[in-house]
Amino acid sequence: MPSLKDLKNRISSVKSTQKITKAMQLVAAAKLKRAQDAATAARPYAERMAAVLANLAASAGGSGPKLLAGTGKSDVHLVVVMTAERGLAGGFNSYVVKLARQKILSLQAEGKTVKVLTIGKKGREQLSRDLGSLLTGHVNLSDIKGNDFAESAMSVGLMLTKSYEAGEFDVATLIYSQFRNVISQVPTAQQLIPAKAPEGAPTIDLGGAIYAYEPGEAALLEALLPRYINTQILSALLESSAGEQASRMTAMDNATRNAKDLIKALNLKYNRARQAQITKELIEIISGAEAL
Amino acid sequence: MADKLHFSLVSPARELFSGQVDHVIAPGTEGEFGVLAHHAPFMTTLKNGIVRVLEGDAVKMRIYVRGGFADVTPAGLTILAEEARNLTDAKAEDVDAEIEAARLKLLALDAGDAKHFALHEQIAYLEGIRAALAN
Repeated sequence: MPSLKDLKNRISSVKSTQKITKAMQLVAAAKLKRAQDAATAARPYAERMAAVLANLAASAGGSGPKLLAGTGKSDVHLVVVMTAERGLAGGFNSYVVKLARQKILSLQAEGKTVKVLTIGKKGREQLSRDLGSLLTGHVNLSDIKGNDFAESAMSVGLMLTKSYEAGEFDVATLIYSQFRNVISQVPTAQQLIPAKAPEGAPTIDLGGAIYAYEPGEAALLEALLPRYINTQILSALLESSAGEQASRMTAMDNATRNAKDLIKALNLKYNRARQAQITKELIEIISGAEAL
Repeated sequence: MADKLHFSLVSPARELFSGQVDHVIAPGTEGEFGVLAHHAPFMTTLKNGIVRVLEGDAVKMRIYVRGGFADVTPAGLTILAEEARNLTDAKAEDVDAEIEAARLKLLALDAGDAKHFALHEQIAYLEGIRAALAN
């Protein structure tokens, strides 16, 4: 049976935890709004880019630069795992890592060589436990303020295309958390290289006219593909960041509610213990008086 | 006036413009080109430069773009810019300050840092905006 003082200490400790979780929830809510706005603002560009690429890829047919056509084999796979820099966001990071692990194991079962590039600290921490030998690189996101991911998206894209040209891998897959809405973030695997024109992109009706390309088709594709890959990485980063905040907000909301329940239960226990002590003291006084 | 052209200009960060205009002049890598309504399908890369939006014969808006693509379809003209800034609300002093900040960043970098190239491009872009604002 804990003493009254113990109970009091516990109640105050739970109360301060609740204050922290509440504050984190409010901060996450504010950040979510901004992250969501940034993700929405970036969408038109990504959509148009996809439409342009689909258009161009369709007219290029099966040929085209290596980034589109592939190296002709699929022996070495690069898995890019995008997680958050911080935890305390419910299952957000774990879900992404779980999907990544599944993907890696199934690729290994097929006899492929797998390399892993991590973006965000949490994914690296979780994967290094059992798949540490596969990690080839890491991208740190902790210096980024707000939602200014453009620069990192560009450098990741550049790094990927460079090592692809150098023949370090054949296929690159990005695993990130897709932001559906505030309560649902879906871990998704998306093939980055060779670039895939999005399926179901609206084809443009040219009314029988023929596209003119300046400078040639091949040169355009060459210029467009790296940018298309950058754009995909950028929108994944933005969605991932919105998802992280949404997930943290929900997790902290639950934690706050849980703390509230805990405080209620502890208060009841405290009051009972206090009452029991008073009764005990009264009995002692009364029986002492009777004995006289 | 003849038919209107649907024109939209988007950068990765946001959509800068979308609407009906008369005439757009854009800086293609192989030369400036103008697009009116019912232009033939056409696609090109862009170089750094000013996109001019014309209403009748008057320039309604000037936007400085840093590279990208222009895509003309029967539905209209779409410009995908790497980065873009509307020159009507840009201030010369702000751009000067940005150039200064980018130069300082460049000095702070170690030789061989992968960011050199990006920063040089950034500075060229900002200087382009500055020059466009000057005239």
